[in-house]
Amino acid sequence: MSNEQEHPRKAFGWAARDSSGVLSPFSFSRRESGEKDVTFKVLYCGICHSDLHMVKNEWGFSTYPLVPGHEIVGEVTEVGSNVQKFKVGDKVGVGCIVGACRSCDSCTDHLENYCPKQILTYSAKYYDGTTTYGGYSDIMVADEHFVLRIPDNLPLDCAAPLLCAGITTYSPLRYFGLDKPGMHVGVVGLGGLGHVAVKFAKAMGVKVTVISTSPNKEEEAVKHLGADSFLVSRDQDQMQAAIGTMDGIIDTVSAQHPLLPLIGLLKSHGKLVMVGAPEKPLELPVFPLLMGRKMVAGSGIGGMKETQEMINFAAKHNITADIEVIPIDYLNTAMERLAKADVRYRFVIDIGNTLKARS
Amino acid sequence: MAKSPKEEHPQKVFGWAARDSSGSLSPFHFSRRENADGDVTIKVLYCGVCHSDLHFVKNEWGITNYPIVPGHEMVGVVTKTGKSVTKFKEGDRVGVGVIVGSCNACETCQQDLENYCPKVIFTYNSHNHDKTKTYGGYSDMIVVDHCFVLRFPDNLPPDSGAPLLCAGITVYSPMKYYGMTEPGKHLGVAGLGGLGHIAVKIGKAFGLKVTVISTSPAKEDEAIKRLGADSFVVSTDPAQVKAAMGTMDYIIDTVAAVHALAPLIGLLKLNGKLVTVGLPNKPLELPIFPLVLGRKLVGGSDIGGIKETQEMLDFCAKHNITSEIELIKMDYINTAMERLAKSDVRYRFVIDVGNSLSQ
Repeated sequence: MSNEQEHPRKAFGWAARDSSGVLSPFSFSRRESGEKDVTFKVLYCGICHSDLHMVKNEWGFSTYPLVPGHEIVGEVTEVGSNVQKFKVGDKVGVGCIVGACRSCDSCTDHLENYCPKQILTYSAKYYDGTTTYGGYSDIMVADEHFVLRIPDNLPLDCAAPLLCAGITTYSPLRYFGLDKPGMHVGVVGLGGLGHVAVKFAKAMGVKVTVISTSPNKEEEAVKHLGADSFLVSRDQDQMQAAIGTMDGIIDTVSAQHPLLPLIGLLKSHGKLVMVGAPEKPLELPVFPLLMGRKMVAGSGIGGMKETQEMINFAAKHNITADIEVIPIDYLNTAMERLAKADVRYRFVIDIGNTLKARS
Repeated sequence: MAKSPKEEHPQKVFGWAARDSSGSLSPFHFSRRENADGDVTIKVLYCGVCHSDLHFVKNEWGITNYPIVPGHEMVGVVTKTGKSVTKFKEGDRVGVGVIVGSCNACETCQQDLENYCPKVIFTYNSHNHDKTKTYGGYSDMIVVDHCFVLRFPDNLPPDSGAPLLCAGITVYSPMKYYGMTEPGKHLGVAGLGGLGHIAVKIGKAFGLKVTVISTSPAKEDEAIKRLGADSFVVSTDPAQVKAAMGTMDYIIDTVAAVHALAPLIGLLKLNGKLVTVGLPNKPLELPIFPLVLGRKLVGGSDIGGIKETQEMLDFCAKHNITSEIELIKMDYINTAMERLAKSDVRYRFVIDVGNSLSQ
């Protein structure tokens, strides 16, 4: 059965057809609202770096045609008969996952993102065996458990990236206890994840140092994002001076990079948390880890309960992403620019105004 | 001109030292300070042979300052106490471990974590406050600041209890710090040597299920029948490793050689913790994806503070935990070192200093 006939409801979006990663218009279909489903008109969708990895099959598990997008916000148009939490007209969002087993220990602990049977928002298999398609599309249908409420005071366009970038940085700040006022946390990499990490950490009362390879990001980091200081990681003197000063570091860099200097920046008992995922292993120097009782950990997005908590926290502190809104036609150019980190700091597609189904 | 080791201090001491990176040990006359007001003088009865001693005599870490008298797992008897010492009296049985001094003023020292003090003084290959070298327990007596002397429980045999002063605290401390003490949880112990075999015993005493992870199938019988481990995984057997994937809450990695972390990380459950206490002389490869997908961590730990070392000794006394040892005479030390390099010992050599160190 073709993508257009699989389900009863017509949908339109942009998809990549192969690992060239080039996206183009794509007609497909979505299921009817089941009794627990929420249907919404997509207004905006953030472009996550994962979308770029996936359209090019860089992680080896992409299925084509692939409609990316897991930072999706919009307005509810229909709710199933058993939906409790949402009604037509509500402003909602969907992030990286749209399903899980709902019965394992992880799911019971509100950690659906660690469920072995989690269903990703795109390029995955839904409970009914059909492929999931993401938010570069006009409508979304999702189980209410995986839908987030967007508070009224958050502008939808710059709230969209919170659904992945936001939870990915918020969750480890909380879980690893790097959220105590007066602590000093480093943020490595000032991109989509990094800039949101800075804002969250500052809102938690933490002193923040941005660590970056690009000296020209310093002014923005300090004046605009509120970072307390800035370290150029290739500058030996600056790095030396900062040795042993940080309680924790959130490392958002997904390229290969050395861990040794970052471990050196940590105080004793400090924590280096990786939220970017380099493809190949990194070198772990063991001596400094032992001598300072330090640790390197990983963290990936967050569960639904915590994602809602994060959005509410962002609303309370007026935290949104710094974005560049683009029309859908600009998508391939945006992907090329994203590959060169040429964006401050997230592209967001204006789906509502620019994605029109071709007849 | 600097004074010779023999003339540096007023008290004559005899021990065995290595003079160069051949690591070969031989008789050595040196001296120790007079017993100051805060000091305790100890006649050494037994001293464990730690793998670190071997690393140091051969300068494998590049930091050895020859001549070196190793030995940081000492049990002995008090022969003299300074005026301000109230905790000990002549005739008391005591222990000395890896550290004999620290700054006593920094935050780390205030938190009873002298082992992480930036000015920590190690029992050997370090410098006293008066800048003279420290010499370890392969010697007939030692003078130590009373704050760094441990009370050795009466019911622990002094010979098989000696290795607790390094091996014991090295595995006990991270088990407490990283929360590896919840009865019923599953602990993996990688490497069954001096550290590993004590980790098994302490793990069982905490009520944990313990699996030994080793490259040597020949160790399985002992691990289970003699040490009380619940199961055994041969880490070089892919089928065994696969069957054990995602089953362990924690792993203590005692392996000192360079080895693969990826299979160990795979053995951990979600939120699992791998703590490395062995010191390979090169960095290890750390795969990041599994850390991110499973919110796992790799941490280091290095011995423990004095308060915790005393707590560990008391814990071991309560649970009758001692090391499995091979008691040797002083003049066997070079053969013992050769055998240790080949892991040919079950599981710690202990030098009968009191009965065999003669001039």
